[in-house]
Amino acid sequence: MEEYRAMWERLGINMRRHDMLLEALPAVYEKVYLSQQRRPQAMGYFDFVVSEIHGLRVKELMDHKDKGGKVFGTFCVYVPEEVIVAAGGIAVGLCGGADFSVPTAEQVLPRNLCALIKSAFGFKLGRICPYFQAADLIVGETTCDGKKKTWEILDEYIPTYVMDLPNSRTSADRALWISELQRFVRKVEEVTGNSITAENLAEATRLINRKRAALQRLFEVRKARPAPISGLDALLVTQISFYDDPARFTEKTNELCDELEARVQAGEGVAPPDAKRILYTGTPMPIPFWTVPLLIEGAGAVVVAEESCTGTRLVAGGETPVRDTSIEDQLIAIADRQLQTNCACFTPNDGRVDDILRMVEEYEVDGVIHFSLSFCQPYNLEAVRVQKALQEAGVPVLVLEGDYTEEQAGRLRTRIEAFVETL
Amino acid sequence: MLVAGLDIGSRTIALVEWDGGRVRRAEVVDTGADPLSNALTLIQGRAYDRLVATGYGRYLAAERALADEVITEIKAYAIGAHHLYPDVRTVLDVGGQDSKVILVDPNGRVVRFEMNDRCAAGTGRFLENMARALGLRVDQFGEHALAAEGESVQISSVCTVFAESEVVSLIGRGEDSRCVALGIHRAIARRLGAMVRRVGVRERFVFAGGVAHNPCLRRLLIEELGVSLTVPPSPQTVGALGAALYAAKQIERGNGRWKHGDHSGRTGFTLSSTGHPDPRRVAGR
Ligand code: SF4
Ligand code: SF4
Repeated sequence: MEEYRAMWERLGINMRRHDMLLEALPAVYEKVYLSQQRRPQAMGYFDFVVSEIHGLRVKELMDHKDKGGKVFGTFCVYVPEEVIVAAGGIAVGLCGGADFSVPTAEQVLPRNLCALIKSAFGFKLGRICPYFQAADLIVGETTCDGKKKTWEILDEYIPTYVMDLPNSRTSADRALWISELQRFVRKVEEVTGNSITAENLAEATRLINRKRAALQRLFEVRKARPAPISGLDALLVTQISFYDDPARFTEKTNELCDELEARVQAGEGVAPPDAKRILYTGTPMPIPFWTVPLLIEGAGAVVVAEESCTGTRLVAGGETPVRDTSIEDQLIAIADRQLQTNCACFTPNDGRVDDILRMVEEYEVDGVIHFSLSFCQPYNLEAVRVQKALQEAGVPVLVLEGDYTEEQAGRLRTRIEAFVETL
Repeated sequence: MLVAGLDIGSRTIALVEWDGGRVRRAEVVDTGADPLSNALTLIQGRAYDRLVATGYGRYLAAERALADEVITEIKAYAIGAHHLYPDVRTVLDVGGQDSKVILVDPNGRVVRFEMNDRCAAGTGRFLENMARALGLRVDQFGEHALAAEGESVQISSVCTVFAESEVVSLIGRGEDSRCVALGIHRAIARRLGAMVRRVGVRERFVFAGGVAHNPCLRRLLIEELGVSLTVPPSPQTVGALGAALYAAKQIERGNGRWKHGDHSGRTGFTLSSTGHPDPRRVAGR
């Protein structure tokens, strides 16, 4: 890591705090990830990416910037990576998953805000995250109130552009979102200095389609019994999809899927065939927030799917039709695909309940764990309806809420273990 | 056969030894500042065919190879209560640091549960703090409240921090300390009642845990929930009994050790705010 110090200094990183963070990571990663049994060989690549999380990938971003390229930091799957890629930009997901930066954020933000926002904001405020430091523009969106108002404050620290995402799915909302995508095209053109054309947008759509198809393949193979991959490893892959190079990520994820499909063929898995199969549903789990699957799998169960934006919601709506006739046509196709992402910030959002019930069947789920970050109103409230629907369907469900701290992990542990015991 | 159940709670450690037919020994000691050595003293010189630990200190016991297996206190209380009262359907356990309500099926299996462990309200700690604010020992507190002759004084906050200063100012205003005590008990009973109703109230209703000794709370819970309560003769050892019975069951089934997942080293790691993993957890590996 020493060779990266100059780069970090150039990025204005607070080196003392950053050293503390990086020192802690290997031990945690060893405990959580490397100690797992029967891991797929192809996870080696993802282990490497994590070990270089503030190194090699950041260097790639810096090389890109040195050549005049731009980096966009995003917080929501509704921000279209296709548009950024079409203009030669790089998109990185910046959702924060570490408690490390939360106290820093609380110097400015109120405490009763979800840990995801506080963690991310604290990384910027404390100058700890090289991705944040490397970003030329932050792209926010009007999803929950917490994010909406945080953008206004964040803009004082780093230029923050906000996309007006509707909270409903009427035809007027659809029209608004399409016009927002158009406005975003102009913004990205302005920031990158490159023009977006029907051709390069179609090409970028193909690239992102391939990445999403690889993820879809990963989610598909997890339907097998015994489960071919742990929930922890699968989560890591989706977490890495937010900041890795899309083409390389696609290739490596497909290699992983080759191995997993071979495992399924051979009837092999990471857990015994009778291990209880858990569906995670709820708020996204940004890196390095691994507590929930760690506790579930520590209790002898296996997470087979995540109905979340670090999970199957990443591939919601399936493949985006490629429309190289005009930019507008392509944006419409992107919007129509995106609007099938059933996020709790929307109302009504009955599609999410349907998704969960369908996944319970498809993945032969024994129990559902709904986890929501504390102070996340959309997911905490939607949990009420999710729980009711599952109870009516006779599916065991546990509703949890928490944050990234050790204390919370202790609290969650007894509940998760007791829930697994009841299955 | 001689097996044991060890329930390491935040306030007390309970041990129950079971020989396959009856309880051979049941003991409760304070958890103290060093739970591990206090637990060790309890089991010193004893050889068990199997020891199952439960309670929030269960991993401490497992990591130091004291226990062969761990189960959650939810499961332990369900097994223990079902053994004592085969027709039990609801178990309420109010401990020092947390409280939980467990719905059990006719076979003693856990159907649903609710837990409160984030704030002191609705736990033994709340009662302890309030008793102290009134200058009483916690074991006198219930009787004291029952002796109230007037109406109970309304306590508006169940948050320990606020309730404590509220109590002090009520006394300063000249309110009868017994009526204040009754008000405190009412507040906690309401709180527990809300938690119980979330899983549903079914009889037989067993009230366990150290706080079940409190006569005032027992009476108020009966009013609040509209059920009759069964309090086991030794409410603090129900979890340890459950763990011991589970140990015996595992031997009967011929199950090897560590059947229930591998808990040996994989604890819930997240980055703490100092950036370093909690050393107590690291030490466990
Ligand atoms: S959960 Fe909602 S707001 Fe969050 S990333 Fe997903 S779609 Fe966006
Ligand atoms: S977890 Fe909830 S509150 Fe936090 S950013 Fe996402 S939607 Fe908003």
